[in-house]
Amino acid sequence: MVTTPLLPSDYLDLVSPLRAGADLRGRIEAVHPETGDAATVVIRPGRGWRGHTAGQYVRVGVDVEGVRLWRAYSITSPADRPDGRVTITVKAIPGGRVSNHLVRRARPGTLIQLDQPAGDFVLPRARPAKVLYLTAGSGITPVMGMLRDTELDDVVVVHCAPRPQDVIFRSELRGMAADGKVRLTEVHTDTDGMLDIARLGELVPDWAERETWACGPAGLLDAAERHWSAHGVEGRLHTERFRPGIVVAGDGGEVTFSATGKRVDADGATPLLDVGEEAGVLMPSGCRMGICFGCVSPLRAGAVRDLRTGEITEAEPGVLIQTCVSAAAGDCDIER
Amino acid sequence: MTAIDPTAHLTAEQIEELGRELDAIRDEVIAGRGEKDAAYIRKVISAQRKLELVSRGVLLFSFFPPAWLLGTAGLSVAKIMDNMEIGHNVLHGQWDWMRDPKIHSTTWEWDHVSPSEQWKHSHNELHHTYTNVIGKDNDLGYGIMRVDEDQRWHPFHLGQPLWNFLNACFFEYGIAAYDLELGRNLSKRRRKDPEFRARARAVGRKIRKQVLKDYVIHPLLSGPSFLTTLAATFTANLVRNLWSHSVIMCGHFPEGVQVFERRSIKGETRGQWYLRQMMGSANISGSRAMHFMTGNLSHQIEHHLFPDLPSNRYAEVAVKVRALFEKYELEYVTGPLPKQVFSAWRKVFRLSLPNKKPTARTPDREQELVAA
Ligand code: FES
Repeated sequence: MVTTPLLPSDYLDLVSPLRAGADLRGRIEAVHPETGDAATVVIRPGRGWRGHTAGQYVRVGVDVEGVRLWRAYSITSPADRPDGRVTITVKAIPGGRVSNHLVRRARPGTLIQLDQPAGDFVLPRARPAKVLYLTAGSGITPVMGMLRDTELDDVVVVHCAPRPQDVIFRSELRGMAADGKVRLTEVHTDTDGMLDIARLGELVPDWAERETWACGPAGLLDAAERHWSAHGVEGRLHTERFRPGIVVAGDGGEVTFSATGKRVDADGATPLLDVGEEAGVLMPSGCRMGICFGCVSPLRAGAVRDLRTGEITEAEPGVLIQTCVSAAAGDCDIER
Repeated sequence: MTAIDPTAHLTAEQIEELGRELDAIRDEVIAGRGEKDAAYIRKVISAQRKLELVSRGVLLFSFFPPAWLLGTAGLSVAKIMDNMEIGHNVLHGQWDWMRDPKIHSTTWEWDHVSPSEQWKHSHNELHHTYTNVIGKDNDLGYGIMRVDEDQRWHPFHLGQPLWNFLNACFFEYGIAAYDLELGRNLSKRRRKDPEFRARARAVGRKIRKQVLKDYVIHPLLSGPSFLTTLAATFTANLVRNLWSHSVIMCGHFPEGVQVFERRSIKGETRGQWYLRQMMGSANISGSRAMHFMTGNLSHQIEHHLFPDLPSNRYAEVAVKVRALFEKYELEYVTGPLPKQVFSAWRKVFRLSLPNKKPTARTPDREQELVAA
């Protein structure tokens, strides 16, 4: 009542954005380069942070050129880091707006948005006797979180990267191997060629007996899943996929109105507002010409094209689109 | 409606070309939106909140006259910032592109008795789509005034200078009533309409909260300064109302602004829509501080052309828009605030009386309007 129409938190956020009870945020405290295109970001989470289990990921909301974008990154710090900080390790992917921003432009002091950690790519409470970590590229990040967190008796790490200098955490991994904590095999795909899963037995003869955690590109994981189930040991394989399907922006596509369950085909020129109304979906609307923002609706999946500018908007959590000036750019899902 | 159509010299092709040139201006701003703009609105919001907090703090000691003066001035400015540069513009979706759920047209609530949701409908949708179309755009005189010769005179209009003054003083209530279309909806049959009743209840709730905060809780917190704080918040609301009413009057009422017939917008093209916005709006000239305090509605013409571009960009857009006005030999109605306010008020007085002589309306003129 005192602060209506705002909430007291709107004022408190001005002075104490990381306090208990605030929306979960974090402050970037440092950015350490790992390789030419990867860096570790040290984050001080707000008081509401519930802590993570090694191997989990966290979704972060970062403002890039003024636009808030959300991405998930594996947590690479152990769960009991004494200073309460957490780290994520980010590899800049070509054209990736958030990853490039975090690796190359993020500055200490910046506030970012956080979600609570999530994911079940974690060790079971009963520690397995023999473990295999099978990773490629930035797939090493959740595994590094586990390696730093939990010491196990018998661990094999098979990690693929194009060249030695591309191996994230290279010296730390080699240090662990030298100390006898892990048995490390690096596959340098530029010189050794891609890892052929069928020949995994040559690198790790007892692979089928090991509880395995695999993380990396979809190709590797698909092959691993086939291999493990072909040998009837799929129960031992745990995988983590980073990027679910990549959106291909096309011209028109199948539109799903997920709140009502309607599906219709739409061309690339008809506003989604019209598409929905024709399909009998109750669509909010107003001016029907892009000026009143009375038609904004959540875009749950897929991509749409702004009929005025041609600009493509891809689905991300929290993305709202003006249905009166947007058309399907490939299959998409509007929450109406 | 002026006797001569100021756009009569433009061909249909020229009007479409004008539309394309305006689209290009819009695209350029959209492509260039970024970090600086986001930082701007965040800075304004944080400054507004701090100013409001400090002012209300100072008012706790408002039994001391200098504190009263300082606190009242601060609170007035904070309320003006909330309504104009922040509220109005956020509710237009100008900052939706940032994807920050806290600064978004779907979540923003303002320090105003009209709930955001209702205001967005009557303002963003009706007023901005049907700008200055008689019978469609209720902003033309807010349904209580006659602001154009072509509107029929009624003895009721004799009192319109007084209505307008009262509306200015209690502007936020006027807007709330207007968003509810109170005049029309109070008829017996409509009053019972459940949808109307729900909306009326929402307004009631919002009024209760606002009043409780400004006139009960804050004065109570001030203890010995109860009465002076009460007077201060009343004054701040009054100042904010008079100010926003004046600014908004300058947007469409000064002499030189065109109004349009309902028939003229049938089948309107994008170019024609743009042209109507250009001819139906007026600017206020002045310093940067002036633009800021009007919520950049001093760039009313630019705002009507591009209601969803971030307000901090209107100044640079205005240079290009003005060049287009010159290129197409159109009149860019602008002037300093006192002049524009005077012009608008003079019209209110003049039109409170019946027209001196019947307006010369030839069939030709009708044709032109349809073409426009
Ligand atoms: S209906 Fe007005 S912006 Fe879409």
